[in-house]
Amino acid sequence: MKNILISLKDSLKIMMRNKVGFIGFLGTIFFLLLAFVGPYLMPLNMKADLNSIYTGPTIGHPLGTDYQGRDILMQILHGGREVIYVALMAALLTILIAATFGALAAVAGGLIDTVLNGLAEIIITIPHFPLLLVLASLIKFKSPTGLAVILAAIGWGGLMRSIRAQVLSLKERDYVEAARVLGLPISHIIFREILPNMLSYISVQFILSMTSAIYAQVGLIFLGVVPMEQHNWGVMITLAWNQGALFNSRAQWYLLVPITIIVLLQLSLITMTRSMEELFNPRLRRGG
Amino acid sequence: MLKKILSNYFFIRLVKALVTIFVVATFTFFLIRLMPGNPLDIFIATQLAQGVPLQEAQERAASLFHIDLSRPMMLQYLDYLKNLARGDFGVSIISTNTPVSKIILRFLPWTLFVVTVSLFISFIGGILLGVVMALYRNSWIDQILSFLASIISSIPNYVIAMLIVVYFGVKLKWFNIAEIRGSLSPGVKPEFSLYFLKDAFYHAMLPIIVYVLTTIGSWMLVMKSSTISTLGEDYVEVAKARGIKESRIMTSYVARNAILPLFVSLAISIGFVVGGSPLIESIFVYQGIGLKLSDAITTRDYPVMQAIFLIITASVVVANFLADLLLGVLDPRIRTSRN
Repeated sequence: MKNILISLKDSLKIMMRNKVGFIGFLGTIFFLLLAFVGPYLMPLNMKADLNSIYTGPTIGHPLGTDYQGRDILMQILHGGREVIYVALMAALLTILIAATFGALAAVAGGLIDTVLNGLAEIIITIPHFPLLLVLASLIKFKSPTGLAVILAAIGWGGLMRSIRAQVLSLKERDYVEAARVLGLPISHIIFREILPNMLSYISVQFILSMTSAIYAQVGLIFLGVVPMEQHNWGVMITLAWNQGALFNSRAQWYLLVPITIIVLLQLSLITMTRSMEELFNPRLRRGG
Repeated sequence: MLKKILSNYFFIRLVKALVTIFVVATFTFFLIRLMPGNPLDIFIATQLAQGVPLQEAQERAASLFHIDLSRPMMLQYLDYLKNLARGDFGVSIISTNTPVSKIILRFLPWTLFVVTVSLFISFIGGILLGVVMALYRNSWIDQILSFLASIISSIPNYVIAMLIVVYFGVKLKWFNIAEIRGSLSPGVKPEFSLYFLKDAFYHAMLPIIVYVLTTIGSWMLVMKSSTISTLGEDYVEVAKARGIKESRIMTSYVARNAILPLFVSLAISIGFVVGGSPLIESIFVYQGIGLKLSDAITTRDYPVMQAIFLIITASVVVANFLADLLLGVLDPRIRTSRN
């Protein structure tokens, strides 16, 4: 337990070395808290209040109200869980599929390698967003988990190919050869010798998968092909856009708040990758 | 011998491209035909509910989807492939009796126009800025440009589009949003005239700005790193030692070589031109193929949807194929090694 705490402290220190990356890290923590703790801070009340439509920021409604007089802060607090859950799940599944297929293709070689590689190539080639649209029209994305599965099912191609390439090159390294000569079990070779060397890359890819899942998810909601809960950030953007943010300058608050949240979330995630690289790559750490 | 290997490389690429198109075409056929609650069954069910007899409902469905329901599935599939090969995508469900190919020809040019212009501006601009960043690397110019490039690449493009509309349109009133939407002003017809061109560019302006803003960052960063790695090459050192002028080294030695890998990415990007972006087009109500795709999906116009999706995919496949060929021509090491 003490060891874990010490390594946690060390990790934080390393992450703090890259200022921008650390700000991104703090931002990400903030949005995770906002999404998962937020719902407990304020009860959800989606009843229309026609006396306070588009109030703008006031003491009672710090972030203003929407086209039916409902508090925007409350919707923000409740609207992140779904968005971030889908992003986390999609990223997790993408990494799992890509790592399994990539490692399998590299280790097994032969026909398995050819088939998996060909499959990856086809998946990479098909434009993702149109494919998502077509799938959304045929398969009902009923649950957030279902959406995450679909996002992962079409998003693993590129990552699988780079993991395969990395495993192929790591396989030939001296220390892996040494471990093999020593007769260490294959699980030791994969989990202790090869995988730790890919941790930096995989963690960065996890974050990038999250950002593209957020992009796709909000985009699908905006085009109206994914039915989601009414207070989801993506749904808020869509409603704000369709409810006259275009022509009614009082409605702009309603649009700008969820947009700002999405932009800051994406920026936090992207900048956080810089710190993650340093954390998992000792070579970068000493250099910087 | 060499010729044989060369044809082999091109041959493998060609087979891969054809297989991908074939897989996608097959996939959409069976998805539409076999999924539980598939559009064909739903169509027949709605017709039945409207009091159309089963036989007639099936006939209508057959003519719409270009599938003869009385024939075995495999033969239907072959018919479908035969029609595709002839460029026959069937008829639209929503706009009755309009061939899908006609709809595509109406919407596609607008997307091609906007995205090609944007790609051109973004590529040239990205290359120039990337070279500047590499030349003055670690100076304030490089730091500011790198920062901007990475920030703007991480903001979703539809968010930038919305912000432009809300800030410059609604707040600053630089343009009239109701007027600038669409791809042409009402009453203006496509013709060779200054008036038409001016109107087309007026409506295309905002989508172009958004595409350029959201794609220029990655061109800049890629060109910067490509230029930096070229600057370290031996032939650049040699050129310096020979006393060749700095400006000439930059243009004829560094930039020309640094740009090579980017041409391959450019070839791939051209494939995505056809798809455009359903999101950007729907924000600006720009009458392109992406908007038509999302329209077809919301109105359940499956023949249109299927055809657009196939065309988008096929153009990416073809562009990738051309990029592979280009890579083979540019880099002899690739075409001589297998795979």
